[in-house]
Amino acid sequence: MGIRVQTEDFDIAREIAALRATNPKVGAVASFIGTVRDVNDGSAVATLTLEHYPGMTEKALAGIVAEARSRWRIIDVTVIHRVGELKPLDQIVLVVVVGEHRGDAFAACEFLMDYLKTRAPFWKKEQTPAGSRWVDARGSDDIAAERWAKPKRDAA
Amino acid sequence: MIKVLYFAKLREDLGKGSEELSLPGEVTTVAALRAHLMARGANWQSALGPGAALRVAVNQEVAEASAPVRAGDEVAFFPPVTGG
Repeated sequence: MGIRVQTEDFDIAREIAALRATNPKVGAVASFIGTVRDVNDGSAVATLTLEHYPGMTEKALAGIVAEARSRWRIIDVTVIHRVGELKPLDQIVLVVVVGEHRGDAFAACEFLMDYLKTRAPFWKKEQTPAGSRWVDARGSDDIAAERWAKPKRDAA
Repeated sequence: MIKVLYFAKLREDLGKGSEELSLPGEVTTVAALRAHLMARGANWQSALGPGAALRVAVNQEVAEASAPVRAGDEVAFFPPVTGG
C-alpha cells in the first residue's frame, strides 16, 4: 500500500505494475485519475494551486484507506495526490485498487475518491482572467460521500 | 502553549499560517478558542464568525466545537476541503 502527497507527476502504468507485481492473487485492477480542467464555474482556469495540511493529510488518507479495507475485500491500494501549482491537462490525483474480483475493487475505488474529496485536507485555488479565487466545496461531493454512510441499525 | 494553524482562504484573510498561543484559563474547548480569537478584531470576527463555513481539527483529527483544547495541542482552522 502507498499513500503519497507530492509535487511530481505520476505514471499510472508504473503504479499499477508495482501493485500487481507483488500480488499474484490480483484478478481485478480499478483506478481513477482526476485531472485539471481548463474551465470551472464559467471561468477559464490558467493554473490551479493545491494547498494541504502536511501531517493531517497523510493521516486522513490512511484512515480512508483503512475504512475501505474494512468494508471491501481488496488486496492493496495506492493513493497519490499532487500539491503545488498545476495547469490544465495535468494529473491531480490517482487511486488504484487491486483485488481478487472487480465488484469490490470498483466500489472501493469510488468510495476512496468520494471520501478523499470530502475528508482529506486539500484546498484548490484557481487563477482566472478575473484574478485568483479559492474553489468552493460542492454540495454534490457531500451527497456522493453520504451514499456510503452505513445504515443505522434500528434499536431492537 | 498551543499551536494554531490556518489554511487556504482563512490563512490569506488572517495574514498568517500559524502561531503559538498561551491558552487563557477559560479557553478549554474549540468553541471557546474560536471566540477568543474572534475578539482580536473585525478581521478575525468576519473570518471566524458564525457566517464562516469553517472546519476545525485538533491534533490533526476533525473536531467538533465542544472538543477539548489543552496545552500542547495543535488546533487547525480551515474552510471545507476541495481536493481530488
